[in-house]
Amino acid sequence: MNGIENATGRRDIRVDWQLIADMVEPGSRVLDVGCDDGQLLAHLKEAKNVDGRGLELSQQGVNICVANGLSVVQGNADTDLVYYPDGSFDYAILSKTLQATHQPHVVLQQLLRIGKRAIVSFPNFGYWRCRSYLAFRGRMPMTNSLDFPWYETPNIHFCTLRDFTALCDELGLKIEQSVILAASGKIMTRSDYGMYANLFGSDCIFMLSKAGA
Amino acid sequence: MSISPPHNDTHNVILAKETPMPLDCGTTIGAFNMAYCTYGELNAEKSNAILVCHALTGDQYAASRQPVTGKDGWWNMMIGPGKVLDTDKYFVVCSNVLGGCMGTTGPRDIDPATGKPYGLNFPIITIGDMVRAQALLQDYLEIESWFCVIGGSMGGMQTLQWASAYPERVFSAIPIACAARHSAQNIAFHEVGRQAVMADPSWQGGDYYASDAKPRAGLAVARMAAHVTYLSEAALHRKFGRNLQDRENLTYGFDADFQVESYLRYQGINFVDRFDANSYLYITRAMDYFDLVEDHGGTLAKAFEGSNTRFCSVSFSSDWLFPTSENRKIVHALIAAAANVSFVEVETDKGHDAFLLETPEMFKTIQGFLQSSAKSRGLGE
Repeated sequence: MNGIENATGRRDIRVDWQLIADMVEPGSRVLDVGCDDGQLLAHLKEAKNVDGRGLELSQQGVNICVANGLSVVQGNADTDLVYYPDGSFDYAILSKTLQATHQPHVVLQQLLRIGKRAIVSFPNFGYWRCRSYLAFRGRMPMTNSLDFPWYETPNIHFCTLRDFTALCDELGLKIEQSVILAASGKIMTRSDYGMYANLFGSDCIFMLSKAGA
Repeated sequence: MSISPPHNDTHNVILAKETPMPLDCGTTIGAFNMAYCTYGELNAEKSNAILVCHALTGDQYAASRQPVTGKDGWWNMMIGPGKVLDTDKYFVVCSNVLGGCMGTTGPRDIDPATGKPYGLNFPIITIGDMVRAQALLQDYLEIESWFCVIGGSMGGMQTLQWASAYPERVFSAIPIACAARHSAQNIAFHEVGRQAVMADPSWQGGDYYASDAKPRAGLAVARMAAHVTYLSEAALHRKFGRNLQDRENLTYGFDADFQVESYLRYQGINFVDRFDANSYLYITRAMDYFDLVEDHGGTLAKAFEGSNTRFCSVSFSSDWLFPTSENRKIVHALIAAAANVSFVEVETDKGHDAFLLETPEMFKTIQGFLQSSAKSRGLGE
């Protein structure tokens, strides 16, 4: 999403890319949905030798990707995932894009139709700074990783950590792995998705599979 | 960009000498001539060959001086040392299509059965036939697989046909500003052009070669109508607006008062010097008949099933002849076929013609795609 505009926020995003890469088996087939200007894909190709493909909404991001030799098509996560065949990827990655989709639940289901596993990262709206921003300033939260004013944010479907795990339950998705990051970028050790994680976790990364699959 | 044409060789070869080549219309064509140009050197492994497919009114002189017009090749800015199709690295081949009029056998050539020009006795050819003929050229050049097949417009159709009919002979494919099937609107425009040619009394049922009168007026009108479809409203406005041509006031007559009229007349008149009217009929027909969807039982993805070819599709935002939506259908089919595909829509107001013009974003896209393809093909720097 908005790769170019977001470029300044890279420092903290890098951490979640590193963690996503750690979850990916070398040599696997990967689809990065909302791949921005392709930095994660390029990293996965380099570090994990993946056969990587990307889908990106912004034409500018796509053009940068293709000029850099990545296989990326311009398209929309909400409408274009239907074209991908079942089980055609080992991993379908959605990195900080879920909150910008129109139908996050449908997108999640699509990811797990296309990929054997889905890796999803998103900012936790239950993070205490978001809560206090709203509670004490009475304004829609703007933090480092959520740095758009309400009227022009592409992020239209925020969720908390607990919202997300509840949706996974509802959709019958199995959480295979998860990493909750504190605002410092450090991995939180008490990541049981409980009240503590939901309050102090600023970013979440989940690896999902279909339950029973 | 430099205007000096790079080193080139023009060649002619007779193909289908022993075995006639089957045509989609049900007949065959015996020994036929294929005219082509090459640029750069074929490497020892024969793994660096790029086939450039030309558009409706293009020819094999992609990066050489066109002998009739004396102008630079139509893709001079793309092909040459250090350019996107880098002739220091790649061996670039461009052949005149079957049915054409620049050396490859077409309706203006002598029918061995009668000793006279074919005219309308030339068999109806298709995009599939053009590609089949190019495959014979590939055999002749002993190139097992093209490193890349690339082309815009009808050249893009040939590129898709190549990837679909001969996937193992195409390592990568770059279809630009094209469609998997010709739309009703495009067929309609072609029909206007053909009717203009056939309404010209000098056309004489296609049998005009021995006569002094050639269907110049008809072909010029066909070209003028078609040329409008290659541009965009914005580009026409930017270039000409309502500016008058060499005059201060309207003449209250039917002279070319407006610059845009003068420009179109110039396009029309110039075209007839270098193009054969019957070839125009045959080649527009070939485009009309192109339908990869129908050829694959209504599912375009089947055209690319199991393909290992790497694809890069490019469209232009202001192209209304082969709009982005048509190119996107190809991309969706490639995705459905689990093919390796990239797709870029280039933002430009230049219309369909953008692929023939200085379009930096297209250059960057193709260059990046070719470099990564070269890497996976093991083509050294």
